[in-house]
Amino acid sequence: MNMFRASFWLHYAGPQAFYGLAGRVWPWCAALAAVLGVWGLWLGFMVAPADAQQGEGYRIIFVHVPASWMSMVIYMAMAFWSVLGLTFNTRLSGMMTRALAPTGAMFAFLSLWTGALWGKPMWGTWWVWDARLTSELILFFLYLGYIALTSAIDDQRRGDRAGALIAIVGAINVPIIYFSVKWWNTLHQGASVSLTKSPTMAQVMLWGMLLMAMCFWLYTIALVLYRVRTTILQRESHTAWVQAIVQEIA
Amino acid sequence: MMWESWSQFWDMGGYGLYVWGSMGVTAACMAIEVWQARSAHHQHLAQLREEHEGHL
Repeated sequence: MNMFRASFWLHYAGPQAFYGLAGRVWPWCAALAAVLGVWGLWLGFMVAPADAQQGEGYRIIFVHVPASWMSMVIYMAMAFWSVLGLTFNTRLSGMMTRALAPTGAMFAFLSLWTGALWGKPMWGTWWVWDARLTSELILFFLYLGYIALTSAIDDQRRGDRAGALIAIVGAINVPIIYFSVKWWNTLHQGASVSLTKSPTMAQVMLWGMLLMAMCFWLYTIALVLYRVRTTILQRESHTAWVQAIVQEIA
Repeated sequence: MMWESWSQFWDMGGYGLYVWGSMGVTAACMAIEVWQARSAHHQHLAQLREEHEGHL
């Protein structure tokens, strides 16, 4: 099949084809996530030396930075699917957005949690109302708002559309989080990794962090594909192909 | 190896509570999430199967 043709994408936008595709892809993503996680933790805890200023405490960044990145990336992915859903009215879009939200909320929570555990010994406080921390907290509430709203509306397709609006409007917050450390004078430090400057971290620390980030990416893809299959079965339970699957396992 | 003993490893230079508090909660959240997704999938399949048998 030629992936540069619209028909390729339309084929996989259909729930039945996507169910099969997701079922083949998620185990590989999960396995790769496990390998990268072990490798990243090995570098982070067994190879990377203590930091000159922060001692061993800096090792929190091996989960803090990847979790924070994922919390933003997942929200952007939700906004992306929502735009597709509102534009083309594809059924899969709403299901993907819903499947992404719990994992995004979890990573936003972990970003705040690990940040607090870093802030206490390094800054002397669990929390400050600075622009970076506050905008990340708003992101967490946006996730919770999305989940609450979509699960409160009984008509699934209406719920999808209402949720899509939150996802798209709330996406404004993501660049605010990202640039907050530049735009405002925050207690939170600037970016550790940037595309325009050479990183300020030691190579091995950087690699440990990047491996953990890739691990979280693949974890998210695996879990979201797994979760969307459950939703597809649920919503398409009246169709012949789902009936055939049920018959097979019965 | 840069750690001389397990106790040194767990102590994390005095930051043990903060470092392991971060790692532990992250691991626990992920484990719970995976377990929830799995049980939702199996629960749903069981429900579909029940409905299917009801139709026969």
